[in-house]
Amino acid sequence: MEKEFLTGSEVVVRACKEAGARSMYGYPITPGTEILSHWILETEKNKDLKYLQTEDEIASGFAVCGAVIAGEKSFTATAGPGTVLMQDAMSMADGMRLPFVAIIAQRGGPSSGTVIYSQQEVNLAIHGGNGEGMRLVYSPSNLEELYTYTRKAFNNAWKYRFPAVVLTDGFLLKTKQNISLNSLNITNETPVALVDEQSQKNIRNIYTFEEELREVLENSKKDFLTMAKEVIEYELIHEEGVESCIIAHGIVAGAAKEAVEILREQGEKVALFIPKTLSPFPQNKLNEIAKNMHSFFVVESSMGQLQDLVKQNLFEAREIKGLFKPAVGIETEEIVEAFIQSK
Amino acid sequence: MSKYSKFCPGCGQPIVLQTLYRILQKRGDTAKAVLGLDIGCSLLAWDLLPMNTFQTHHGRVTPTMMGYKRAKKDSVCIAYTGDGGAYAIGLQSLLWAAKRNEPITVIVANNTVYAMTGGQASPTTMKGQKTGTTPSGSNNDPMLGPELIRSLNPKAFIARVSGAEIPALEDALTKAFDAQKQGNFSLVEVLAFCPTNWKVQGKEMLQYVENMKTVFPVGEVR
Repeated sequence: MEKEFLTGSEVVVRACKEAGARSMYGYPITPGTEILSHWILETEKNKDLKYLQTEDEIASGFAVCGAVIAGEKSFTATAGPGTVLMQDAMSMADGMRLPFVAIIAQRGGPSSGTVIYSQQEVNLAIHGGNGEGMRLVYSPSNLEELYTYTRKAFNNAWKYRFPAVVLTDGFLLKTKQNISLNSLNITNETPVALVDEQSQKNIRNIYTFEEELREVLENSKKDFLTMAKEVIEYELIHEEGVESCIIAHGIVAGAAKEAVEILREQGEKVALFIPKTLSPFPQNKLNEIAKNMHSFFVVESSMGQLQDLVKQNLFEAREIKGLFKPAVGIETEEIVEAFIQSK
Repeated sequence: MSKYSKFCPGCGQPIVLQTLYRILQKRGDTAKAVLGLDIGCSLLAWDLLPMNTFQTHHGRVTPTMMGYKRAKKDSVCIAYTGDGGAYAIGLQSLLWAAKRNEPITVIVANNTVYAMTGGQASPTTMKGQKTGTTPSGSNNDPMLGPELIRSLNPKAFIARVSGAEIPALEDALTKAFDAQKQGNFSLVEVLAFCPTNWKVQGKEMLQYVENMKTVFPVGEVR
């Protein structure tokens, strides 16, 4: 298989193009800007592809909404304060069940924070809208997954009609390595317009009666749970004879993989659980493994957003400890040390 | 032509919307047309007309219809909004859509207030006008949206008409859709009655619109 030397941003653009995306709307913001600039380079090579650098993230988001209503696969990429502004459009996508795709390049916060890396946009990606919108959120750990989950974000957004987020960060987007992307066999979903010449539809996102909205939300919840059965993804490393389990997502999971092997060499009976879909969360698997564990150890570059997800999804009480380093990267040795010290 | 109107009795908006639909029918464009609705009283039009319609968010109908039009170039894209959605919360997107000459038609129903929320001061509230948020009368001159946008785009068709003058409204909408067909931006501001929030009735209402014309000059904005 032929390998190419690509950055994370180039991988995202490749995935969007091969997923059938025809347009991107974006506003420059570090560390997501290169997705826009690389996409623009693609539009110069392929005249079927379109882009617009808009006046702000709000316009980007709503232009994506308009494009997908017209039946065009479209996406945006943003980060940090841009992710905050993007919630306006994403909330409309939540309410109207639009196949909105956003690549979110996490950076540090609150406010303008830092510009390259964090895992602090988990809550915003999943629950950033008003009301109780439901979104599909992928957290890739490496460039191969960045490609795969971007493809799947488009496919599942259009198949199930929920907004989809690829939640990544500047470290992964700026990583450049030899990668083979040819092995993936995914058939693209065909985009279907919400309204066109053949239809005569009146679509709303505001309801006269409370009961109407309740019914809409309950139906969405049913659809989301149906989708969950099909789309939930996770990785569980070491299942037999374990007493505790490290949980990590995104690029931190890469460091955690190495840490688990070192710990096991030292005699620790530890497993590693990596949720690839943060929403819907792999709840059943978490509870299945919890049966044989006395504790979990959450590792993340935030003050506990992943830990909160774990707590929300656990049916039984388990001791949860962890290594929480808001806005900074986490190395293998730190995980090993923190795990040992926590005992 | 239309379903049951959810607008207040005497509201100017159903007149604008039904005129809009008549013009689309005359042009044979009802199937190709898509009516995007801002939030505010505009949202009440969601199922008024037998054509494709969808609600968006407050201030966001312009970028949404821009995205639709760019995805489907043979559609007739209409962004229907109030003065608050157009000239306050949505102004940034409106200015840029005009500047980029996006081939969409923006219709602004200017009734000088945030009517859906009960009559607060809006960008087009007139000097001295009493509203829920200017109880002693507004101190500011109103925003003249069409005149502002004119300076950004020489190719656009931009007009202001009174909602009481249907032939002028028909003419402006026709020219706006012609402009869209030619690939240009268009904006029609309509002075739309709001007897509920103006607290007027009957002839007083028509007089109110006549007075508005002294502040908001009607005709094509050149």
